[in-house]
Amino acid sequence: MIQFSEKSLLKVQEIIARYPEGKQKSALIPVLHLAQEEFGGWLDVPVMDYVAEILSITPIEVYEVATFYSMYNMKPVGKFLFEVCQTGPCMLRGSDDIINYIKTRLGIGVGETTDDGLFTLKVVECLGACGYAPMMQLGKHYKEHLTPEKVDAIIEECRSFSAINN
Amino acid sequence: MSTKLLLDKANIEGIRFYKAYRENGGYAAVEKAFKMTPAEIVEEVKKSGLRGRGGAGFPTGMKWSFLAKPEGVPRYLVCNADESEPGTFKDRYLMEFLPHLLIEGLIVSSFALGSNRTYIYIRGEYAWIPDILEYAIEEAKQNGWLGKNILGTGFDCEIYVQRGAGAYICGEETALIESLEGKRGNPRIKPPFPAIKGLWESPTVVNNVETLAAIVPIFNMGGEEYAKIGVGKSTGTKLISACGNINKPGVYEIDMTISVEEFVYSDEYCGGIPNGKRLKACIPGGSSVPILPANLLFKTAKGETRLMNYESLSDGGFATGSMMGSGGFIVLDEDQCIVRHTLTLARFYHHESCGQCSPCREGTGWMKRVLYNLEYGKGKLSDIDLLWDIQRRIEGNTICPLGDAAAWPVAAAIRHFRDEFEWHVLNPEESQVRNFGLAHYADAREVAV
Repeated sequence: MIQFSEKSLLKVQEIIARYPEGKQKSALIPVLHLAQEEFGGWLDVPVMDYVAEILSITPIEVYEVATFYSMYNMKPVGKFLFEVCQTGPCMLRGSDDIINYIKTRLGIGVGETTDDGLFTLKVVECLGACGYAPMMQLGKHYKEHLTPEKVDAIIEECRSFSAINN
Repeated sequence: MSTKLLLDKANIEGIRFYKAYRENGGYAAVEKAFKMTPAEIVEEVKKSGLRGRGGAGFPTGMKWSFLAKPEGVPRYLVCNADESEPGTFKDRYLMEFLPHLLIEGLIVSSFALGSNRTYIYIRGEYAWIPDILEYAIEEAKQNGWLGKNILGTGFDCEIYVQRGAGAYICGEETALIESLEGKRGNPRIKPPFPAIKGLWESPTVVNNVETLAAIVPIFNMGGEEYAKIGVGKSTGTKLISACGNINKPGVYEIDMTISVEEFVYSDEYCGGIPNGKRLKACIPGGSSVPILPANLLFKTAKGETRLMNYESLSDGGFATGSMMGSGGFIVLDEDQCIVRHTLTLARFYHHESCGQCSPCREGTGWMKRVLYNLEYGKGKLSDIDLLWDIQRRIEGNTICPLGDAAAWPVAAAIRHFRDEFEWHVLNPEESQVRNFGLAHYADAREVAV
């Protein structure tokens, strides 16, 4: 059964308290972030239904929001999601080469996940790091001024992190 | 000469935290403003001439004075931190390094507008910044600047941080409000404007991060003094986020009297173009505003020196000028391909179109596909006119300005670089390996030196 941890449930209550009485639907976007983090990095239908239930809104209200915003994953992703920016300012500083390098290095195309389930490559539009391009988002943080060497180091770091935590 | 009002304290050790911020004059603007009436505060902001720093440049004091004040209905201030315009990363810098400056500006503004619940709506990708802001909010609260009965005035205020989840459109104020209500970011039809019916149907003001931060120096120095900085209707200072092919990408604070040429070549700012390359083109105000070739960047069509301010950057209209926009300054060197660059922007707008209005939903995808063909050597000469036609039919025909924002970069690229598009069509194979020659796009500086 899908159920938030105690800690997350408290967080949900704290978020709802930010809005006036009866406006708990406003908590939907932050709560979907929590759900994605807690339930495997993507939003499966039962997870969205659960969110609808705890916010007392209809499931369709959750689906339409979840599918609108690009940060919600509608299908499973690898443990480490590389989201590489490809918009103009990053392109000017070589993001195409970085995307190609990651493809070759991991042996996957855009939108694909490595066989070991560790890495997914996604291309995204402008993340507001244009002065530090090329860049990608990895979890909560930005990896900026990317070079092939830096990409190698990031991949290694992810692999050892995963090995330690398994 | 450089006047710094926002970033003057950015290098002070520990300025991100309350202690250092307060010791260096922080929260003095709140002390000053809370001795005034809300109406006097609005007047002071009007006197400063401050214009919205998010992109539209609308006078802030006037926007505030439009706020409806019906009895018994709450009013809201929402800080727009959904910074998503390609080339723009100034608000991120402010929030990351000077969170208390924004909080201080928000407290003064909330008091002026009578907002007891103020929200900072931040783009979801800036996932580490809410922690920084929430820490600063907590510090401000501990020290009596937020919460109940602030400074004994009887005014209560809480500030909350709301994360978005990846949608450029939520930078548009009514889409932002929809998103804050837990919905898709579909812009609303106006009127009614948010000042009458905004968040949860209540009167609402939405202001950009930099605009709200600028409230602090305005009260520290007085609106009239603030208005003396700059030129004409471009008062105060502006943050410019510079990127692309320059030696020193980053966030710079300028007073709006410096020339574009100085901004590009001075070591105090961009530091010139790397590897001795020449400047080909520049988008001076975020990806939506028209691109300018080098020969129109440093000088206007009338031959006057172009300055980094609202009026000068837009001198010549869209025919030979551009816009200040959000201050996202994107520089392209001689090796860059205008067709490819325009394709990435068209792809961006297609990705970000909310899909509500058909000219934008269909038109952005169509422009992207035509540009893709041109870029990859599969284009026809008639495609250039087709592109022009599509962008013309999007502009002005949508609920929100995203349609215009998608149309303008394509129009400007064709207007100024039509021969480069034609060259792509006529040299499909060669265009895959090298870019169109420079000819009349030669660096203005080259002539001068």
